[in-house]
Amino acid sequence: MTVVEAAPPLELTSPLVRRRSGWRALLREGLRARGAAFGLTVTLAVVALALGADLFSPHNPNVQDYNSILAPPGAPYWLGTDELGRDLLSRTIHGSRVALQAGLVSVGLAVVAGTLIGLLAGYVGGFVDALLMRVTDALWSFPGLVLALAVGAVLGPGLFNAMLAVGLVFTPIFARLVRAQVLSVREREFVLAARMLGANGPRIMARHILPNVATPIIIQASVLVAFAIIVEASLSFLGLGVQPPTPSWGSMLRTAYQYLQAAPWLSFAPGAAMFVTVLGLNFLGDGLQQALDPRARE
Amino acid sequence: MLRYLLGRTLQVVPTLLLVTVITFILVKLLPGDAALAFLGETSPQDQVRYEAMRRELGLDQPLPVQYFKWLGKVAGGDFGISARTREPVLEGIKARLPVTAQLALMTMAVALAIALPVGIISAARPRSWLDNVGSTAAIAGLAVPDFWLGIVLITLFSLGLGLLPPSGFKPLGEGIGQNLQLMILPALTLGASQAAVLMRQVRAALLEVLRHDYVTTARAKGLREGVVVRRHALKNALIPVVTLIGLQTGRLFGGAVIVETIFALPGIGRVAADSIFFRDYAMLQGAILVLAVAVLLMNLVTDILYSYLDPRIRYR
Repeated sequence: MTVVEAAPPLELTSPLVRRRSGWRALLREGLRARGAAFGLTVTLAVVALALGADLFSPHNPNVQDYNSILAPPGAPYWLGTDELGRDLLSRTIHGSRVALQAGLVSVGLAVVAGTLIGLLAGYVGGFVDALLMRVTDALWSFPGLVLALAVGAVLGPGLFNAMLAVGLVFTPIFARLVRAQVLSVREREFVLAARMLGANGPRIMARHILPNVATPIIIQASVLVAFAIIVEASLSFLGLGVQPPTPSWGSMLRTAYQYLQAAPWLSFAPGAAMFVTVLGLNFLGDGLQQALDPRARE
Repeated sequence: MLRYLLGRTLQVVPTLLLVTVITFILVKLLPGDAALAFLGETSPQDQVRYEAMRRELGLDQPLPVQYFKWLGKVAGGDFGISARTREPVLEGIKARLPVTAQLALMTMAVALAIALPVGIISAARPRSWLDNVGSTAAIAGLAVPDFWLGIVLITLFSLGLGLLPPSGFKPLGEGIGQNLQLMILPALTLGASQAAVLMRQVRAALLEVLRHDYVTTARAKGLREGVVVRRHALKNALIPVVTLIGLQTGRLFGGAVIVETIFALPGIGRVAADSIFFRDYAMLQGAILVLAVAVLLMNLVTDILYSYLDPRIRYR
């Protein structure tokens, strides 16, 4: 008679379960922060709106109705129309695409550039560190919007150029953050052990140091996405960001400002949309910090 | 202290030089050039005049030579001539700097008037409904884009209630009342987000200090909570707040671009933005440089003030 051994019960410590429970624990911890649930809901809603903008918009955002120029809120244009008779609600919904794109891409660019600079400066040290840090210090001395304006003017108007400009403005933040983390991590035992085992500089940076500096980068990035949306909108407001006819909250507010006396309702939709989105992202950032940074929970 | 002061001041020099390099390069990278800006859009066809203007402005020389000549002139207070107004750039900056400085100071006053009481109450009664309202308002303040808030305030107080003029500027010398009427809405607009940043800092710093043993001792002596906060905790809690005020004031000089544009204030931020659109290269160079130097100087003053308030910094 053969004895069939029963398969061991799935233990809670198996990597798969542990991983899932880790994510759950993070989510649970994060949602304990004040407003984090609201932040997550708003962010998911904005992402859904951006992805399904064509589906959710009652009108084509670029179609002009010459019989309804600067129409106040009411049927069939529930939030009114702009100076060319375009539906404000549809343009606001489509504006979420530009906002999210601007926030994510510009902060993504800053994360990549800042992390590379910070890793290099912190790990190599010496003259390279001094030079890179002086340059980031100098860039950081420029008021953010002024630097973004100047870089935006050099690159020319357009969404991608505006995102590049905002990314450049945020790069010093990540460079300094990563450098500080690298300086504290590079002398730790596991890095010394990797070095003794023969790992070269790039491998040590990528495999051993980078994962250990990822948490503060994620926290900082989550905060800056909201800020990047405002800076990009500011550039569009001044005429250097998104160009017509692409709907963006910044350029819609520019129009609202021009027609302030004739149609004061124009600013409501794009302004409120930006406010709620940034508010949601800020709350989500707080939640993320609480979930990832044990000190934030204390 | 003198050694620290000297060392910290010397640290600024290389950064300042790099700031001038970046400013110079940025303006050089802009499309078109200063000669075109002076001659106007139709002049490139007139090649002789164009070349003569380039020579006159030194644009025919290699870039490093142009940079050092420009730096030498800037060090002597000569920022060049504005292509738009044809006045010396330095005069233009001198006329506009007080407007931005007044806006920055009024903004900080508004921010402190909101942040200090709300932050103190929030920290003294953590997790109470007052704290919840204050903290939520702070997060909301951080989320409001200043250009939208400006538009909303104009719509409400100027177009709606007719209480305040919507935009424009009168120098202080022409009447304090008129000046303040025109400056209060811009200061409120910029002050909302500043108040939010400061309020969060006041609350966090005070909460931290209230955990210290000496505060427990003060409570154990039987002092009322108000006295403990006012006399014992607040002084130490305000040290990081003072630092933040210094850093934020420097940043306000540049952050005022949008608000100055919305409220038609002839400040340095607006002149920087206008110079880009009017291709006024000399003015743009001057304005950016002055703004960056203002930030650097405010950071320096803040560091020195911080080392005075917290002597441990000097000995690190």
